[in-house]
Amino acid sequence: MASFLAANMAPLMFVALIAFLLLGYPIAFSLGAVGIVFAGIGIELGLFHPDFLQALPDRIYGVMSGETGTTLLAVPFFTFMGLILERSGMAEDLLETVGQLFGTVRGGLAYAVIFVGALLAATTGVVAASVISMGLISLPIMLRYGYDRRLAAGVIAASGTLAQIIPPSLVLIILADQLGRPVHLMYRAAFTPGLLLAALYAVFVFAVTILKPNAAPGLPWNAIADRKPDGSRGLVSLAVLALVCLVLALLLMRDSNAAGPDYVVMTMAAAVGLAFPVALASELSGRRLLSKLATRVTFVMVPPLFLIFLVLGTIFIGLATPTQGGAMGALGALALAAIKRRIDANPARLNWEMVRQAVEQTAKLSAFVMFILIGARIFSLTFYGVDGHRWVEHLLISLPGGMYGFLILVNLAVFLLAFFLDFFELSFIIVPLIKPAAEAIFHSAPEAVALAKSFGLAVAGSGAAESVVDTGPFMVWLGVLLAVNMQTSFMHPPFGFALMFLRSVAPTEPYKDRLSGRETAGVSTGQIYWGAVPFVCIQLIMVALLVLVPGLVFERKSIAADASSGLATSVPISTVPPTGSAGELSIPGTPPAMEGAIPLPAGTPTGPTLNFSVPPKIE
Amino acid sequence: MERLLAFSRAIDALTTAIGRAAAWLVLVVCIVAAGHAIAGKVWGAGAHSNAWTEIQWLMYSAVFLLAAPWTLLSNEHIRIDILNQRLSKSTRDIIDIAGHVLFLIPVALIVLWTSIPFAMTSFAQAEGSSNFGGLPQWPLKSLIPLSFVLLLAQGVSELIKRVAIVRGKLSDPAAVRRSAIPHDI
Repeated sequence: MASFLAANMAPLMFVALIAFLLLGYPIAFSLGAVGIVFAGIGIELGLFHPDFLQALPDRIYGVMSGETGTTLLAVPFFTFMGLILERSGMAEDLLETVGQLFGTVRGGLAYAVIFVGALLAATTGVVAASVISMGLISLPIMLRYGYDRRLAAGVIAASGTLAQIIPPSLVLIILADQLGRPVHLMYRAAFTPGLLLAALYAVFVFAVTILKPNAAPGLPWNAIADRKPDGSRGLVSLAVLALVCLVLALLLMRDSNAAGPDYVVMTMAAAVGLAFPVALASELSGRRLLSKLATRVTFVMVPPLFLIFLVLGTIFIGLATPTQGGAMGALGALALAAIKRRIDANPARLNWEMVRQAVEQTAKLSAFVMFILIGARIFSLTFYGVDGHRWVEHLLISLPGGMYGFLILVNLAVFLLAFFLDFFELSFIIVPLIKPAAEAIFHSAPEAVALAKSFGLAVAGSGAAESVVDTGPFMVWLGVLLAVNMQTSFMHPPFGFALMFLRSVAPTEPYKDRLSGRETAGVSTGQIYWGAVPFVCIQLIMVALLVLVPGLVFERKSIAADASSGLATSVPISTVPPTGSAGELSIPGTPPAMEGAIPLPAGTPTGPTLNFSVPPKIE
Repeated sequence: MERLLAFSRAIDALTTAIGRAAAWLVLVVCIVAAGHAIAGKVWGAGAHSNAWTEIQWLMYSAVFLLAAPWTLLSNEHIRIDILNQRLSKSTRDIIDIAGHVLFLIPVALIVLWTSIPFAMTSFAQAEGSSNFGGLPQWPLKSLIPLSFVLLLAQGVSELIKRVAIVRGKLSDPAAVRRSAIPHDI
């Protein structure tokens, strides 16, 4: 019995973990209890020194300080910011105006929801704010004009979850910490996939309007506000303003060496910055330089772009770290709420009671998130102590299918687990288990080596013993894959948070529509669940796309840029020599690997593996 | 039982007061972090003191460590209730009692037993930061035993209340459910 126990501690611990978690006791303490029970068994069997548990406080101290502590400070910042945004009514203003703008197009309200969802997502990392606002504002309008209830519910829930993939996002921050990669690299990598997802949602809505035109009708003309006497809406005025400001912004950005997401964010901020004074002058002079629609659109675009600039722009221009960007965004949201309160003379926009509720809810969320992490750390102290990570690594590496087999298996597992775990649980429990195996596979799998070569990353060795020097970009790739995949945990019936938020604000009973006075049927829970299904499928398509087209995440590097990859994030494009063919790549003088993690080739997983996440062992 | 319930109410009042007070540090740490970023840009590297970063660790750690007992009181620590919610009320009560006695209280005791010497050593040695210009580490390390003492007390209070509920001496303030809590994530 004792020898059986001693030989199978890791698998037994894993089984016990599942059993303890399924009991339904708060998981932070269930995790800790598994760790402590098995530490006791280990000490009893003589596997550990009796002082083994003395390492516990240091494990907890580790989440409070250092890199992890600094990164996780972003959790309260973004939560607080999201709560202030939700309560100050900024999302409502946006939705109403953008809904009007897209209104007459078939499916227009759905496009407006996707657009606003993406815009809010780039502002903060909080799903609830978007889903609740859109459920309150857009859903009743969609129902009034006869949208298919499943489509309306699905598009709102899914667009709200964009907050988790478009930077800044809590998921990306936590995954960056768990995978040991810098947050800003995760942000850069997730930007394109996030926008692509929003585009895929829009393509789906477009397909619905073609196949079932009645499922997503456009707004009738009499529902459009701000019509001029001659019946026009002032779209021409808006188009001219947008075009002029965009061209000027592009000219302003001509000399900037920003690329990718930095460029997009800065250009948009500049364009709106230019449009704002024009709109203000038009409004103040009463001369109406611009149409009312153009002024309104400009005014509602200012606050979110101001916040996007504060949160992402300050990171890109090197003013703030991703964590500090969160703090700036939180204070920016407070400032905007204060300004709105003055302009609207409405104390509901910002008051002490609201701030108190926001800090208290932030504190509670921080407590449960950080205690899951503390519980996971207590668990992993014992789990690593019995070489559990090697057991999992060995299990994963010995699977057939190489790198792609591994990616498919991991994504399938995360997709299935997402039905009953949320992303905090997945990130803190599952990700540390697969990290060592992922590093080993990305280091030496032939597919990984081929991929590295095709993107100009350094490869060491030759022949069959080739290996990737720096698995960092691969870990970022894995992180983005997992982030897109984990987005489904918000949409999986019946526990998906986005669905629950929507359920809490969607009408269940038939009600009398405020405007038309018609009796309108409510939205059933089943309709919300079914509405989410196509969007869950879109997430899976996106995961597949990211696996098949890694170029969406990987940045192509030349040899010269690679040598400095550890230091510079922006090498001026002009100084980079043309990339040679992949075969000419050689080993750089100093490997740019930042983590020192050099896992062994596949097939020999029992050798000594350097891994930062392993706690110091006490013999 | 009445005296135990009075004891439990006292614990609840204490942890609630501490949790609510600690929550305001969220706002303070926002201001400090944003100030740090701006000061770093305006006054250059000189303002990039590690003490700035470490004071943020201290404040955020105080937020989540001291709000955790209050979060437990409000039943807002996440549970996986996919199976749990199909069980009868009495079975769930038993799971909660067993969880308090076998999971929470032992974990709190062991962390306490190990973290008190951990913090005391740091204090006795006047342990400095491993970062240049950082702060003494004992305040940060002392938060661990402080948090787990309160958590232990809250565990005892929850145990008293749950036993009282089972015996019909107390009405259940909230049925155990995770789905109804908007977590704002």
